[in-house]
Amino acid sequence: MTKADLEALRREVSRLERGSSPVVSGRFSTGSASLDGVLQGGLMRGALHEIFAAGTAAEPSASGFAVALAVRASEARPLVWVRQDFAGIEAGEIYAPGLAELGLSPDRVILVRARDGPAVLRAGEEAARCPPLGAVIIEPWGAPKALDLVASRRLALAAARSNVPLFMVRAGAEPEPSAALTRWRVRAALSAAMEADAPGRPAFDVELLRDRAGAGGRNWIVEWDRDQHIFKDIPALSGGMVSLPAGGSHHARHARRAV
Amino acid sequence: MRDTHDEPSELPLVVTEKVKGAQRLMSISPEAKRAGLAIGMTLADSRARIPDLWVEEMNVQADAVLLDRIAEDCDHFSPAVVIDAPDGLLLDITGCDHLFDGEAELRRIFSQRMRRASLHVRTVIANAPDAARALARYGRTAIVPPGEDAAAVRSLPIAALGLEESDRLAISRAGLKTIGALADRPSLPFAARFGEQMTLRLRRIQGLADPPLAPRRAVPMLWVERRFPEPIGRMEDVEAILAELGQEAGARLSERREGGRVFEASFFRADGAVRRIIIETGRPMRDGATLLRLFREKLDALADPIDPGFGFDLIRLSIPHADRFDALQPGLDGHAVEADAVADLVDRLSIRFGAARVIRFLPENTHDPDRAARAVPASFNPMTSDVWPTPEAEEPPLRPIQMFNPPQPIRITMVEVPDGPPRKFAWRRREYDVARAEGPERIAPEWWRKPGAPTRDYYRVEDAEGRRFWLFRAGSYSQETPQPDWFMHGVFA
Repeated sequence: MTKADLEALRREVSRLERGSSPVVSGRFSTGSASLDGVLQGGLMRGALHEIFAAGTAAEPSASGFAVALAVRASEARPLVWVRQDFAGIEAGEIYAPGLAELGLSPDRVILVRARDGPAVLRAGEEAARCPPLGAVIIEPWGAPKALDLVASRRLALAAARSNVPLFMVRAGAEPEPSAALTRWRVRAALSAAMEADAPGRPAFDVELLRDRAGAGGRNWIVEWDRDQHIFKDIPALSGGMVSLPAGGSHHARHARRAV
Repeated sequence: MRDTHDEPSELPLVVTEKVKGAQRLMSISPEAKRAGLAIGMTLADSRARIPDLWVEEMNVQADAVLLDRIAEDCDHFSPAVVIDAPDGLLLDITGCDHLFDGEAELRRIFSQRMRRASLHVRTVIANAPDAARALARYGRTAIVPPGEDAAAVRSLPIAALGLEESDRLAISRAGLKTIGALADRPSLPFAARFGEQMTLRLRRIQGLADPPLAPRRAVPMLWVERRFPEPIGRMEDVEAILAELGQEAGARLSERREGGRVFEASFFRADGAVRRIIIETGRPMRDGATLLRLFREKLDALADPIDPGFGFDLIRLSIPHADRFDALQPGLDGHAVEADAVADLVDRLSIRFGAARVIRFLPENTHDPDRAARAVPASFNPMTSDVWPTPEAEEPPLRPIQMFNPPQPIRITMVEVPDGPPRKFAWRRREYDVARAEGPERIAPEWWRKPGAPTRDYYRVEDAEGRRFWLFRAGSYSQETPQPDWFMHGVFA
């Protein structure tokens, strides 16, 4: 048995250990009870989900959140990530060992480096039409002219037909009408510290701006558990585990929220 | 072979070059020949005979370019075209003549095509390339029947062997005027006197030995084509033809249990221009529909679209490179079918955006974070289960999701202890308050790659708002570096 076989077997075993498949009736759960409760079990697979970074500095949080959702949705299938060149310059190039650290094995990632917004949309739509893919992440930078309502409808339609979840990471852009089924705004949240006050697991302050199927305008603090491939709630004021961000609590952030 | 330019002129044309101080005729038009001029005469002598001459200076480069263009068009007749500089072309028409109803018809169509392009050509079909070559220059035969090369070249002058002038002279002085006379004699004494090369040439011209031929383009292992009596110009028609050719090539590949890795579509315009479109696939492939999609993708993405002009009279699909490929049985192996669909997608994206823009990551066995992952074109590196280092359970991510290359300098505005992580730092015109930090993780440079590079002390830090960064200090505080530089290398999710 080769090393690769062994690795595949290990992955299969760990998948079985995690319990039943997270994909139920066209939805995939996030693992977080509070999130899944509002989402009626989870996010729709064959749909477009928009993930806005709260300011360009929050881009790593938005892409990290997208990666975590893609890990939930894709179940060891290949994944295509289409990224505009400018995102790499502005927010750093995708780093494969870092993906592994989030539970996304780099061997199933295909990265498309697109020159501009239209190229991102074109490659993204092409990828979203390929049913064997586990997920597609696309990341145009800013608000390209080509990304209008028609373009987002095309993306949503492609995802619906192939039943491949399509996550669109948006940095440097403000939400506007689109065909996305859900729309999120993500920023970094203080992590639950490890020993010696070391930074802990990736923590996200996620806000559901819009959900076509239900109520929008809620927000949560969640962390991503890479070992179990699951989101966990971080109780906002649970003290001890989580220290409050300097200069304001999460309530302060609520007040800033645009609904 | 001569390009008579576009000027309609009845004047005898001569092309001259300066040889040993005198302008001599290097080649002449049929009109000039009829008027009694011959190659090698001086221009002054020629003018004395015929005052009204059209004189052109020899231009070797322009001749070579023209010959190349003609050769490109000759792909029409055979994929194996050899340039025989300075003024000849050899076409290997083995197996091609039936497309034209025989050799005589092929020769007629060929000559007609050349004439239409205002080219004077001498065309000879023979079995041995050297025989055809010699007959075109010195003989009168048009088509040599199979196996009769030796007989056909008998009456040719010794010059047809293409020997050094001194050798030719020596043989003529011995009283041998023709190839036939030479062939009738034992070859050993000639080999001793003039070298092996001469007897070899003699054997080749008689079709007794094969010369090595180097076609200007590699002959594909497989090709299919369509010829049109009426040139076609509409892109819909062109695509329909490509689809047919794709099906046909697929069937042929299937018989051979192979799949193509490189496909080349050649569009031959009626006016002689040839456009070639090449696609490469990540794995052996022979499905006509998929192939057509790849070609569409490529045609769509061309910066300089193909221009049918007055239409194409030949479209050829050739497969220069194929690999073993056994049929998939859909249904039996769903995984293989799915993997195939993903590979198709990768091929389409690679063709449209360029192979270098559609990548996969391969792990590298190194502790240097800059080199831990290698980006390779996905289309040439099929999906495999690579072994990436497994992150340790319960640990937070120790490597960032995104990295800056090169690392970006930051300014430390406050430290607690000289050798510890910063308390505050400035990056991109903003100041960050460090709330949490872990480190250092000391990573020594690979000294054999970057001699003299300082050791890096990496810190994972989180600012007061939860943003997580990967910072490093280049070198430690010491006598030599009292103020080591700090850098932002990556960002965590």
